[in-house]
Amino acid sequence: MKPFDYVRPATVTEAVAAAAQPGAVYLAAGTNLLDLMKGGVSRPDRLVDVTHLDGLDGIERLADGSLRIGALVSNADLAHDADFARSYPAVAEALLSGASAQLRNAATVGGNLLQRTRCAYFYDTASRCNKREAGSGCDARGGENRTHAVLGWSESCIATHPSDFCVPLVALGAVVEIEGRAGRREIALDELHRLPGDTPERESALEPGDLIVAVRLPPAAREFAPHARYLKVRERTSYAFAVVSAAAALRIENGRIAEARLALGGVAAKPWRASAAEDVLKGVAPTTDAFQEAAWRALTDAKPSGDNAFKIELARRIVVRALTLAAAGTPARLPALPASPFASTSGAIHA
Amino acid sequence: MPELNLTSAPAHLRHGSNIGQPLTRRDGVLKVTGQATYAADNHPPGMLFAVIATSSIARGRVASLDVAAAKRHPGVVDVMTSDHKPPLAIDPEIKTNPFVFRMEALQSNEVRYANQPIAVVIAETLEAATEGAALLAPRYETLPALIGLDAGESFVPPVVGVGNPTENHRGDVEAGLASAETQIDATYETPPQYHNAMEPHAVVAHWDGDKLSVDMPTQGLKLSLARIAELFGIAHDKIHIRSPFLGGGFGSKGLMGGPPVLGIMAAKLVGKPVKLVLRREQMYGPVGHRAPTRQRLRIGADGEGRLTALDHHARTVSSTFDDFYEPAADASHTLYAAPAIRTSHDAVRVNTGTPLFMRAPGEATGSIALESAIDEMAWACGIDPLSFRLKNYAEVEPITGKPFSSKALRACYDQGAARFGWAKRPLQPRQMRDDAGLLVGWGMGTATFPALMFQAEARAAIRRDGSGVMEIGAHDMGQGAWTALAQIAADAVGLDVDRVTFKAGTSDLPDAGIAGGSAHTATAGAAIHSAGAAVIAKLADLATNDERSPLFGAGNAGVIARDGRLIRRDDESRGESYAEILARAGVAEVEAHGTGAPNPAAMEEYAMHAHGAVFAEVKVDPELGQVRVTRMVGAFAAGRIVNPRMVQSQLFGGMIWGLSFALHEEAVTDRRSGRIMNANLGEYHVPVNADVPPLDVITVEEHDPHVNALGIKGVGEIGITGSAAAVANAVWHATGVRVRKFPIRIEELLAQR
Repeated sequence: MKPFDYVRPATVTEAVAAAAQPGAVYLAAGTNLLDLMKGGVSRPDRLVDVTHLDGLDGIERLADGSLRIGALVSNADLAHDADFARSYPAVAEALLSGASAQLRNAATVGGNLLQRTRCAYFYDTASRCNKREAGSGCDARGGENRTHAVLGWSESCIATHPSDFCVPLVALGAVVEIEGRAGRREIALDELHRLPGDTPERESALEPGDLIVAVRLPPAAREFAPHARYLKVRERTSYAFAVVSAAAALRIENGRIAEARLALGGVAAKPWRASAAEDVLKGVAPTTDAFQEAAWRALTDAKPSGDNAFKIELARRIVVRALTLAAAGTPARLPALPASPFASTSGAIHA
Repeated sequence: MPELNLTSAPAHLRHGSNIGQPLTRRDGVLKVTGQATYAADNHPPGMLFAVIATSSIARGRVASLDVAAAKRHPGVVDVMTSDHKPPLAIDPEIKTNPFVFRMEALQSNEVRYANQPIAVVIAETLEAATEGAALLAPRYETLPALIGLDAGESFVPPVVGVGNPTENHRGDVEAGLASAETQIDATYETPPQYHNAMEPHAVVAHWDGDKLSVDMPTQGLKLSLARIAELFGIAHDKIHIRSPFLGGGFGSKGLMGGPPVLGIMAAKLVGKPVKLVLRREQMYGPVGHRAPTRQRLRIGADGEGRLTALDHHARTVSSTFDDFYEPAADASHTLYAAPAIRTSHDAVRVNTGTPLFMRAPGEATGSIALESAIDEMAWACGIDPLSFRLKNYAEVEPITGKPFSSKALRACYDQGAARFGWAKRPLQPRQMRDDAGLLVGWGMGTATFPALMFQAEARAAIRRDGSGVMEIGAHDMGQGAWTALAQIAADAVGLDVDRVTFKAGTSDLPDAGIAGGSAHTATAGAAIHSAGAAVIAKLADLATNDERSPLFGAGNAGVIARDGRLIRRDDESRGESYAEILARAGVAEVEAHGTGAPNPAAMEEYAMHAHGAVFAEVKVDPELGQVRVTRMVGAFAAGRIVNPRMVQSQLFGGMIWGLSFALHEEAVTDRRSGRIMNANLGEYHVPVNADVPPLDVITVEEHDPHVNALGIKGVGEIGITGSAAAVANAVWHATGVRVRKFPIRIEELLAQR
C-alpha cells in the first residue's frame, strides 16, 4: 500500500496540530479506515493514532444529569455498560445490532460517527464518485442502487450514512464535543453530518484537525428510557447494514405522548431526525393511527433515487413498528437479537 | 514438508471396523493449533511477493501501463506484463483436453472480463507489490461490455456441464401438456454466485534449475501437474505439488486457473521463490463461478395430480472465450415419473470470467427451480407437496427408464417428515403465526445428486513391524479425507487406523483423481480398498505357501485380515500376525497397487443417484418482509456412510448453502461496466451463525451393491439440492407470495403483501 507517516501524539493538542496538515487523518480502531486504505479508496499521507490519548475512554455522568461518552470508548464497552443500557436502551440496542462482535469490540464511539458510506461506487475506485473525487460524477445514479438514499439526496450523491449508533443518538439530541485548532466547541450531532447537495465530498461540519473527543447525551435523554427502541431491517440476521432502520423514543404521561423522538437510518447521507413526525405525536394517544400519521409525515419528502422506491414504504412500516414497540415499553432485557424484527423469537441464538 | 502428525488420540480408537465410526478429524488438532500448513503459509528462503493487477473494464484492451512508476517504488523487483514475461511452452488458449479451461496468463493485452489479471508486480514485501500494482494506473481502450442473460443473440451450446447433451427428451411433452387438467408455466431466475472459499487461491512457486516445487491448494493434483507440465514444457517428474490442506474449494480449485500459473511464471522471471495470493475481490473473476440462469418450467398434471409432462428449459451464460454451461435443466431427469420429459438449454456470451463447477453445478440451480415448480404444481392441484411428490415418485429413472441401483428416497420422505412434523402442515399458505405474530411457513424440497466415480490409484504396503502404509494423492478440502480415507485404508489392510501411515496431498503419490462431483470418497476409497485387498493377498500368499505357517494350505478356504493378523476363514483359531509372516519370509515389506474406477456394466444397467428430502420452517415479518429460517430437517440416503460425523458436517454445510442460495447469495453486477459491486464478504452475503437455525440431519440407511465395492455414493453436494427450494417454498407457505427470482429479497415480499 501507499507509504504513510504514522504519528502517535501524546496530547489532544498535539493530535490536532498533527492532523491539521493536508493528507492527515485520524486513526482510532481503523475498522473502516484500514479497509478504505487497502482498497485504495483512502490514500492518506499521515495517520494520527489517537488510541493512546488519555481521558477519552470514560463514560461519566455530569452534574446536570447528562452523560459524557469519551470518543475512544468501544462500541461493545458502551453497549454492555449496565447503567448506560438502562438509561439509553435504544442506543445500546442500536450498538449491538451493528457489525459483528469482533468489530464492536474494536470500533470506537468517535469512529462510528465518522464512518464512511457503504455505497459500492464509493468503494470501487474505477467508478465515478463525487464523494471520493469531487466533480467526477456519480455512477450510483443509474447503477445498482436498491439500497441507496430516499431522503436528502442530490443528483451529485445518493449515498447513505451506515451507522446504527447515530440513529438513536440523533433522536435523543446528542451533542458532539470537538477539539480543534481554535479550541473546544460543541455542535448538535444533527449538525455534524451534511447532506450532499453539490458538495458530497464534504461529509461533515469538521474542519481540518478537528477531533471528536466526546459525545454527550443531554439530561432529557434519560426520560425516554421506559419507551425506547431501535429497529433494523437487514438482509441477514447479523453483520449486515440496515436496509432501513428507525429509533423511536416516547415520553408517555397519563396515556398520552408528552414528547416523541424519531430518527431513521439507512435512508440518507445522515442519520435522519424526523422532527415533523415528532410534532404530530405530541400530545396524542399512542395509537396505530397516530403512528401511521407520523410515518407519513416522516417520509413526506422521500423520493426514490433509483431502484429503491420500496425503501420508502418499508421506512413507513418501520416507523409504525418502532413506535409501536416503543409504546409497548422497553423490554427488561435486551433481546437476544437486538433491533431485529425477530427479537422476540424464542430460543434465538445471540447475534 | 515435514511429516504430518495426525492425531491418534483415544477418541480415534476404533471399536469394530473402522468404516462407519464417527472419528473426529485426524487433522483437527493441527488445524485448531495453527500447525496445519496451508499453501500461503510456506515461506522458502529468499521468497518474493507477487500481486496481481486486475482490469477494471470488462471488455477492450490495455492500452498502457505505467511500469516505470511501479518499478520506481521501493522494494519492487519486477513487473510482469504481456510484453515482459517468461515464455510458455504452449499457448494456454489451446484446449488439450476437455478439462482444460482457457486462462489469463498475460498472453495478450486483450481484456475479456472485469477483474482479469493484466500484470503481476513482484516485490520484496507484500506492501510494496500491492502499491506497485496500484501505481500501474492502466489506460484502456474500452468496448461496450456484454452483461446479463439478455446480452446478445442466444445459441444452443454443443454440450452442457461435462459432456451432457444440451437437449434431452422422453415422450411427447406437448401432447402431455395438452392433455393436462392442470398446467403451470413459471420462470425462475438465479444470480451469479462465487465460491468464496475461506482460503483464497494461493501459490508458492520455487524453481530449482528445471525442477519446480509448488505449494498450491488443488482439488486435482494430477490434473494440475499435467497442466503445469505442458504449459512450462517440463517433465512430470520435475514437478512436485504439495496440497495437504485446502480451506475449501467447492469446485474453484479443481482445474488449473490463471493465477497459480502467473505465480509460477513470476518465479521463473525473477529466479526466486514467489508467493502469489489472491485478494478476496480478485476471486471474483479468474477462478470460476456459478453462472446465472433463467429457467422456464412448464408442467402438466391430470385430475389425480399425476404428472403428464415436464418441460424444463434453462438459459445461462458463458464467457466470450470459453465454454462452460450450467446444466440446470438436467435436474429434471431423475426425480419425477412424468411420462413426457424434455430438458433443453440455450446460452448467451457475456464479459465474465468463465463460469465453472460450483458445488452441485446444475443440480443446485436446477433444483431450486424444479422443486419450486413442483411446489407450485402441488398447490395448483390442491395436494400436499409431499403427497404430490409421492404420487409422482419415480420407480425407475424417468429420462432413461433404467432401474435405480438403490433409492431410499421414500424412507427419506417418511423419516424427514416425521421428524419435522410435516403432517400438521396446513395446505393453504399464510395460515400459521407464532406468538409474536410472525408468519410461519413450512416448505420442502427433494434432494438428488448423481453417484459418480472417477479413476484413482493407490499403493498399499505392510511393513516388517506389522504396520501398514497407504499412499494416495487425495485431497482434503475440509471435508475430512484425512480421516475418512484413512478409515477405509485401515479396514482395507485389517489394521487399526493408528497402525496405518496414511499419506495424501502431494503430487508424487498415486493419482486420486479429482476431489469433485461428490466422488472423491467413492473413487479414492475404491482404489484404497483394492490396493489393500491386493497387498493382503500377497501377504496371504507368503503365509499359505509356507509350510511353517499355521495358515499353510489355507489357500482354498481363504484367510481374513483382522487386527494385524491373517486368520483362516474356516477356523479363526488358526492364524498369525503380519509381522510374523514377514519376518519368517525375510522381506521388509510387501506392497501392492489398486485402482478405483466406475463399472461401465453397472452404469449401463442402473441409474445411480443419492437422494434426500429437506424440510424447512421460516418466519417472515408480515409488514417488514425480513425472513429467517427457524428449523431445517434433512434426511439423506447416500449409500454407505464411512464417517457419520464428517458426513453430518458435509450435509449441514450443504443445507446452509441451500439456505444461502434461497435468501442471501448474489454477485451484484453493474449493468453498465460489468464490474461486480459486492466483491467482498461484507456485502456478498453468506449466512452468518445467527442465520443458521438448528439443523437436523438424518442419514437413512441404504445398501447399494452396484455403485462401487464399498457402496459409497458421496455427500459433498447433495445437501444444497432440495434445501434451497425447501426454504423458498416455506417463504411462499408463510406469505402466499411466490418469489421466482433468487435470492428472495425484502422488496418482493413487501410489494405483494
